Amino acid sequence: MTIGITFDGDEIVGRDGQTIAGVLLAAGRRTWRTADGAERGVFCGIGICQDCIVTVNGTESVRACQRTACDGDVIEKEAR
Amino acid sequence: MKRRVVVLGAGPAGLAAAQAALAHRAEVIVIDEGERVGGQFWRHHDTLTDRHLQHQWGRFERLRAVLDRATVHSSTSVWRVDTERGLRVHALQGPADAASRTALTIEADALVIATGAHDRALPVPGWTLPGVTTAGAAQALAKRDGVALGRRTVVAGAGPFLLPVAASIARVGGEVVEVVEAVGARGIARGWGRAPWQLAGVAGKAGELGEYAASLARHRTPYRLGQAVTRIHGETSVEGVTIQRIDARWRPVPGTERQVGCDAVALGHGFTPRLEAAIQAGCRISPNRFVEVDDRQATSIDGVYAAGEVTGIAGADAALAEGAVAGFAAAGGDPDDPRMRGPIAARRRMHAFADRLATHDIAPGWTAWLDDETILCRCESVTVARLRGAADAAGSSRGIRLATRAGLGACQGRTCGRSVEAVLGRPLDLDRRPVLSSVRIGELAACAEGSGIDEAVAGAG
Repeated sequence: MTIGITFDGDEIVGRDGQTIAGVLLAAGRRTWRTADGAERGVFCGIGICQDCIVTVNGTESVRACQRTACDGDVIEKEAR
Repeated sequence: MKRRVVVLGAGPAGLAAAQAALAHRAEVIVIDEGERVGGQFWRHHDTLTDRHLQHQWGRFERLRAVLDRATVHSSTSVWRVDTERGLRVHALQGPADAASRTALTIEADALVIATGAHDRALPVPGWTLPGVTTAGAAQALAKRDGVALGRRTVVAGAGPFLLPVAASIARVGGEVVEVVEAVGARGIARGWGRAPWQLAGVAGKAGELGEYAASLARHRTPYRLGQAVTRIHGETSVEGVTIQRIDARWRPVPGTERQVGCDAVALGHGFTPRLEAAIQAGCRISPNRFVEVDDRQATSIDGVYAAGEVTGIAGADAALAEGAVAGFAAAGGDPDDPRMRGPIAARRRMHAFADRLATHDIAPGWTAWLDDETILCRCESVTVARLRGAADAAGSSRGIRLATRAGLGACQGRTCGRSVEAVLGRPLDLDRRPVLSSVRIGELAACAEGSGIDEAVAGAG
C-alpha cells in the first residue's frame, strides 16, 4: 500500500504507516527546515529534539518523526 | 475498591509493571506517547518492521496480550503530574502535535514512572547538518519506518548500543562504512574482561552481542576502538567526517586525523534518563542524575514507584525485572511474596551486567574537539563562543540561559543541556520543567479549568 503527500509542492510517494520523516527520507529528502539560515532535518527520531518540525495541513510545528503520514497530507517547510 | 495503578510509559519497564499490577488484581491504566505500545525497545509497525530487528518479541507479545485487562491510552502525552493532594496525571490525547487534542485527567492510588531514556549525542563541529542523527534515530527509522539513514553511514560514539544500530542500518539496505567506539581496546578489556562469571547469568546478552559482531563481519564493516568522529563536513548536508584517535580522557590526538566519505552519521554516546515527570512528582534524584528507589522500586514520594532507565541505564532485561517489582509493589503486593523472587534475582544479575556499561561513560576531554563556531544548543543555534563569553558575565544558571538562550528553545534543553553544563562546568538545572511535553497554548487554555494550570504557570515563572 502506498500513500501520496505533497512536500513544498512536490508529490512524494510513501508506504502506508510511515512517519512523515520516514516518507521524506525514503524519497531522498533530508532537509525540511531552516534554523538561523542553515538547513536542518531529522535528528533524534523519537520526539525529543524538535529539530524535524514541519507544517502539516496548515498546522505548524508538527514533529515529522512522530506523526504518521496520511494520504493527501500537505507538508511545508518551516523557518525559525 | 480495586487499587488504581497508573503506569507512565509502555516500554519494557512499563509493560512489566502493568502485568505485575494486574496479577495483583489492581485496576491498571497505561499512558504512552507512542501510537503503539512497546517503547523504544519494541518500536515497531505491523507491516513496515523487519522482525529480525526485534529481540524477545515473544515476551512482548505476552505482555501486550495481558493489556486486554488494562486501560491503555496511546498517543497520549502527559504534561503534568501532581502529587501534593493525592496523585493526579494530566495528559492530552491525539495525533502528535495536533492542534486540538483531548484533555485527560486521571487520579491514581499509585504511580509507576517508566519514562525511559533518550540518546546523548555529543556535539561535534558540523553535527547540525542534515544527515546527522542520533544512534537512536537511526534505529527508530530502521525499525519503525523500514528506512536507512543514507547510502553510506558512519556510526560513532560509545557503548554496545552502536552494534545493534549498525546491524539495523545494514538490515534495511544502508551501508555502514565504520563503527567508531570512543573507548580503546585496553579500556574495553579492563571494563568487560573482569569478573566474567557475572556474564554467566546473562548469556542471552552475550549471544546478542555475538550476533551483532557477526553482522559487522559479514558486511566487512570495521569496528574502530579508541577513536571518535571529531568533525563532520558538508555544505548543505553530510559529505564526510574526520575520524581521529582519542586518549583515555577522550581528547583528540593531533596528527591522527583521517577523512572518510559518507552521507550520513549516527551519533550515540550513551543515554540520559527522562526525569522530568519524576522531578515534577517530587522524587529524590541521585547525584548522578537517576531516580532514587528502594528494594521495592519505591521513590521518596508515597505511592510513586520508578522502574527502567530512569533509575539507571541497564538495558531491557533490567527494565523488565524492575518493572515487575514496581508494578507488584504499586498494587500493594508483599515484597516477600515468592512470585517476586524471580524478578528480584533477575534485577540483581542485570545490574551486575550494567555496571560494565560504565566503561563507556563519557570522559570530559571530548570538549577539546569543539571549536568556537560549533553549535551547542541546536534549537537556538547557540555557539560555543557565545556560551563561553556569557559564562564570565552571568553568574546564575538563569542568567546564562537568558543571556545566551541555550536550553530555552523548543526542546527545553533536552538535547543540549548536559553538554552545555559540561562546557560551562556547572549545573543548569534544566531537567525541572513545569510543562512536561509540547503543548499548544490553545490546548492549555482549553483544559485550564480545574486542572491546576494556574499553579503550573506560577511554577514556570
